[in-house]
Amino acid sequence: MDFSLSEEAQKRIAMSRMAAEAMMRPISRQFDEEEHTDPWDFFNAMWEVSKGNQQAAESFTGSKKDKKSGPSERTLLACMQIEELAWGDAGLYLSIPNPGLGGAAIQAVGTPEQKQRFLGNFYDDKPRWGAMAITEPHFGSDSKQVATTAVRDGDEWVLNGTKIFCTAGERALVKSDGFVVVWATLDKSRGRAAIKPFIVPAGTPGVEISKVEDKHGIRASDTAVIQLDDARIPADNILGKEEIVEKGTSGFKGVMATFDSTRPIVAASGIGVARAALELVKETLAEAGIEIRYEAHPKQMTVLEKEVIDMEAQLQAARLLTYKACNMMDRGERNSREASMAKANAGAAVTHITQKCVELLGPLGYSRKLLLEKWMRDAKITDIYEGTQQINQLIIARSILGYSSSELN
Amino acid sequence: MIDFHFDEEQQLIHETVTSFAAEQVRPAAHDAEESRTIPQSLVDQAWELGLIQGTIPEAYGGYAQEPSSAVSGAIVAEALAEGDLAIALHLLSPRLVVDPVLRLGSEEQKQELLPLYCGEKFCAGSAAVLEPSWDFSFANVGTTAKRNGGDYVLDGTKCFVPLASSAARMVVYAQDEQGVLGAFVVDTGTPGLEVGEREKNLGLNGLETFEVTLSDCRVPATRRLGSDATGMLRRSRIALSAMAVGVAKASLAYAIDYAKEREAFGVKIAQKQSIAFMLADMATETDAAQLLNWEAAWKTDQGEDAAREVALARYYVNDAVLKVADNGLQVLGGHGFVRDHPVELWLRNARGFAMFEGAASV
Repeated sequence: MDFSLSEEAQKRIAMSRMAAEAMMRPISRQFDEEEHTDPWDFFNAMWEVSKGNQQAAESFTGSKKDKKSGPSERTLLACMQIEELAWGDAGLYLSIPNPGLGGAAIQAVGTPEQKQRFLGNFYDDKPRWGAMAITEPHFGSDSKQVATTAVRDGDEWVLNGTKIFCTAGERALVKSDGFVVVWATLDKSRGRAAIKPFIVPAGTPGVEISKVEDKHGIRASDTAVIQLDDARIPADNILGKEEIVEKGTSGFKGVMATFDSTRPIVAASGIGVARAALELVKETLAEAGIEIRYEAHPKQMTVLEKEVIDMEAQLQAARLLTYKACNMMDRGERNSREASMAKANAGAAVTHITQKCVELLGPLGYSRKLLLEKWMRDAKITDIYEGTQQINQLIIARSILGYSSSELN
Repeated sequence: MIDFHFDEEQQLIHETVTSFAAEQVRPAAHDAEESRTIPQSLVDQAWELGLIQGTIPEAYGGYAQEPSSAVSGAIVAEALAEGDLAIALHLLSPRLVVDPVLRLGSEEQKQELLPLYCGEKFCAGSAAVLEPSWDFSFANVGTTAKRNGGDYVLDGTKCFVPLASSAARMVVYAQDEQGVLGAFVVDTGTPGLEVGEREKNLGLNGLETFEVTLSDCRVPATRRLGSDATGMLRRSRIALSAMAVGVAKASLAYAIDYAKEREAFGVKIAQKQSIAFMLADMATETDAAQLLNWEAAWKTDQGEDAAREVALARYYVNDAVLKVADNGLQVLGGHGFVRDHPVELWLRNARGFAMFEGAASV
């Protein structure tokens, strides 16, 4: 058992913290107010950083073949960095040009050729984005309802349908030379087994962004509606096998497995936002000369002290659950339950904490002069995307009860 | 590097105590509560696990190689309490004397007292901490210790003093004339120390507890332990929180098993989201409580100031254990209200952690 941060973790946290303070906080309010505009200076700067990291990673793996392969902390480090970036600004963090969830899907189930084609030279001259499109107007969590169709026509797939809630969809397809991984069915009557992910690159004819949503929070991040009208993509842009196999793991299931790493990441981003809010409240209280007496008897604490300690405990609980999910993933252990625990718990905790913080600062909290009200709006999405709190409760429940999805639904 | 897996030694402790708790402690729990006694054979058996002796260094008769670890202590406390909280408190009672002596005692005091808890047989320990007052806390101790020549004179009333009738000595906490909280090792036969009737409480009835009155009770000054009790309090806080996690785990596991057996409306009740989601939240909060407390324990073991971590864990765990135990009973419905099932006992026991609070705050 060890709760200490490795040197690498400390380094990455410090670097992300610097980026958050220097590049995100100063433009946080602007890109919340000016929804649908793009912080290109920020994008370009982050692009250079990512490019540098990518090159460093390549030269490292090229030179020594990971000889001293100690236990990995890859997912853990990602979560720690993301907490810092989301502390800077959750909407901007989501907007950072990178392969995103679409890239994660290609990484998880793509062929070496697909990985090379779409991710090999991803970090090129200009910023670009990868994205993932699952949700449709008539379903959310019930993802076997995919109605977007994919029909084979010679050397191509022809896609038809409407996708909504696609994070960075516009930036991936219109504002850069990126791609979106679109889920479509080969045969609606065959259910889940027929649903496959397809890589749709920018510039594909028949693909249109019909709307970019106006949102409650994370406004710097674009959330697109994608219209596919006879959109044609090359035959080898399908992820996984073309055959419909009832118990297959290559397509749907393979991509679903990426949730085991993305849910802790969502949890971490929410934790960053809530931490920002809580820090502001504590600073405000400290300026007023109010200190939190952690070791006082509960009966002797003020309501304010109790509220703050309660929030701190909830935040740290969410963080440790997140670290645990990461730690298990990094050790190659199955972590679906823990990933959902982290996500469900963090979603509820950060929503509560940020709302409570607004309450505690009264008119200051409610005013747009401070970022606090924005953090309350930004935190709420943690409870929703990558599976709502309720969907994650369902996953946890199935896991602890040993039930299949047909036994508990 | 952050890692929540047990090391080999922790794994061994965890497995040993967990199986003892499941095989010996849990089966004895119901009778212990109802008959208000814990079988001596169980106590003797537990003694052989070396849970107490293992925390005492070799120099004083034990077999601890290293200073006792708060993490290991938490693992033991959690596992035992998952079996039964009253029995766990009884079995670990020697630590009520051993820990303060180890942490605060002088070399002479350690030489004199610690070997007494390393014998062949279980040696009960006790502590007189709580007082019968609604707002008792360590910041508000009514029992006084006045210096008189080479002695201290203790006066006051204590309650929830475990094993007071069988322990040879107890640590009494009292405020001296300077307002400093002192810990005094007092033999139970000392004139002026009177052990009252056995108490009856909401839960934890397997554990013998007593009211203890101190009137003009003279204790040699050499029996006063060192003064800064804060570090020790944090450690006892961690052990208590670990026990709370154990109670929560017990309740969760029982509720899961029951919900998978019990049918309603043609399905198992666990197949209903209202029950399933309750169980999911119980599981998540139990995990979170455990992690927070482990963090507090780990930081304490590093010799760092863990005041905040201990406080956060305490806050979260106290809340979580009551909620989990309450929901555990709720899942069983009317059957949970009947004493044939242990969930109502776990709820009564869980409420006790708020009372111990007074003994862990400063």
